[in-house]
Amino acid sequence: MMHAPILPILLPLFAGSLLLLGHRLGHGIQRRLSLAATWALLPLAVWALLLASDGRLRIYALGDWPAPFGIVLLLDRLSALMLLVTALLAGFALLYAVRGDDLRGPNFHALFQFQLVGINGAFLTADLFNLFVFFEILLIASYALLLHGNGAARVRAGLHYVLPNLLGSAFFLIGIGILYGLTGTLNMADLARRVAGADAGQAPLLATAGYLLLVVFGLKGAILPLHFWLPRAYAAATAPVAALFAIMTKVGLYAILRVFGLIFGAQAGPLAGLAQPWLWTLAVATLAAGVFGVLAARDLQVQLAYLVIVSVGTLLLGLAPGSLEGYAAALYYLLHSTLVAGGLFLLADLVARQRGELGGALQRGPNLHQPGLLGGLFFFGAISVAGLPPLSGFLGKLMLLRAVPVGIAALAIWTVVLCGGLGLLIALGRSGSTLFWRGSGAPSGEPADGVRLLACAGLLSGSLLLTMAAAPVQAYVRETARQLLDPAAYLRIGAGGGA
Amino acid sequence: MEALFAISLGMLTASGVYLLLRARIFPVVLGLTLISYAVNLFLFAMGRLRTGVAPVLGKSAGHGDPLPQALVLTAIVIGFAMTAFVVVLALRGLGELRSDQVDGKRSER
Repeated sequence: MMHAPILPILLPLFAGSLLLLGHRLGHGIQRRLSLAATWALLPLAVWALLLASDGRLRIYALGDWPAPFGIVLLLDRLSALMLLVTALLAGFALLYAVRGDDLRGPNFHALFQFQLVGINGAFLTADLFNLFVFFEILLIASYALLLHGNGAARVRAGLHYVLPNLLGSAFFLIGIGILYGLTGTLNMADLARRVAGADAGQAPLLATAGYLLLVVFGLKGAILPLHFWLPRAYAAATAPVAALFAIMTKVGLYAILRVFGLIFGAQAGPLAGLAQPWLWTLAVATLAAGVFGVLAARDLQVQLAYLVIVSVGTLLLGLAPGSLEGYAAALYYLLHSTLVAGGLFLLADLVARQRGELGGALQRGPNLHQPGLLGGLFFFGAISVAGLPPLSGFLGKLMLLRAVPVGIAALAIWTVVLCGGLGLLIALGRSGSTLFWRGSGAPSGEPADGVRLLACAGLLSGSLLLTMAAAPVQAYVRETARQLLDPAAYLRIGAGGGA
Repeated sequence: MEALFAISLGMLTASGVYLLLRARIFPVVLGLTLISYAVNLFLFAMGRLRTGVAPVLGKSAGHGDPLPQALVLTAIVIGFAMTAFVVVLALRGLGELRSDQVDGKRSER
């Protein structure tokens, strides 16, 4: 059996355990081990991507129990793509952290690795209960990482983050319980087959389970009525942790794509397209709320946290039509928004370090040591995130707007997306000019560290790369969308076959 | 049996939700614990409620479903870990914020 699918889970698991055991080793060894393990995920992810790009679905039966009886991991184009973006983001975030942020609390590196176990596992599993377990792993690691560095603001944000997520886990289990009670299986592909063949009497209960799962994933993904935990938590987190968290909301959206694209997808008979009618409204509302948040923020980190909410809304807009163009646009935008958001969180920290007590507050402050360099990076990131040509944000939004079917809805969506872009532009322009142009007096702190700058520029340059390699990336995401929209191959896994 | 089971689940959940809405940290932790008990029992019931049957084929007249039991076990372990974490977090919150309100504000008293 090909062992590629499990390696991205095992590698950080072993590295994290080693780091826990060797917590008395010097910082140097811990840092090297952690960096090596994290950057080794990149070649693994590229390998997975190359494997997956032949369009076959690779399944890995844990303990060699055949599906649907045992738990299987599934490597397809989508999971390979998510692994790659996680590896890139984590690599640069860790590179930033080893310049000192990792010493602000104990066990940073072990927690970072366990967080990666959870994220990679959630992207690879094809079993609903296993998805719950990996969600819990990534959540408990993220709870501890959020508190890394102490401080009253982090404890307060921590409570607001932990308590709703615990309730969300309870909902997740209830949803899984209902699905299992009605269908007798937890394998996603097998669930899809059985939901499609369910009789009319079971449909309302199955729909209940589906909506419960939508609530849970909406909470993880920070979709509108459930987004209140996000701004405070992300703004309070240490910069490399906040950068890594840029992928966390995407885990929720990924789960929506898997569950509502496959289990309640087009073949699901009376339950087909269960979430579709809701996703439009939720997407537009999330997008609008995020833009208002960005406009109202008085702190750079809070502003960036609201930008994450904007990107969630925009992504959801791509998932809503359930079409090939929509999925392709959403995946392209996902790559762009994850990397750029991560880079901007790191940049915000670089800026805040040179402003003394003011930190990221959007008020006039001292001059910066490197106003040109940092301002240039901010300008680049802001253009990309607001969706102006020529960078990847523009391409992503263009693909999204073209994916919206023509009609009254399109009118509303175009208006919200384009006005939202204008709002972002105004807010970011205002912040940029306050931070970089209206300074007076001598800068405090030291000039930005070279490695930190490299990590920040590395993530932001993802946008440049996505623009220059737009054609191959677009071809890949289109093929991914095509694969997702052809459930026949997935359903064969549930029947015990597989590729 | 089903009716009794359903009523006790409902009571556990209702008490849990009430405590959760108290917005002080100790009742909130208790509420979350009650809700997780209810959820575990619910998962267990999804394998159907039967007495006197082993979850192994051929040991008794019928057979119970072993999978929900495994799921409940996992859920209990995870629930324990999470509760322990929330308690530690609450203690730190009490130390740093000098308040047991969930939103971190001083209590009025």
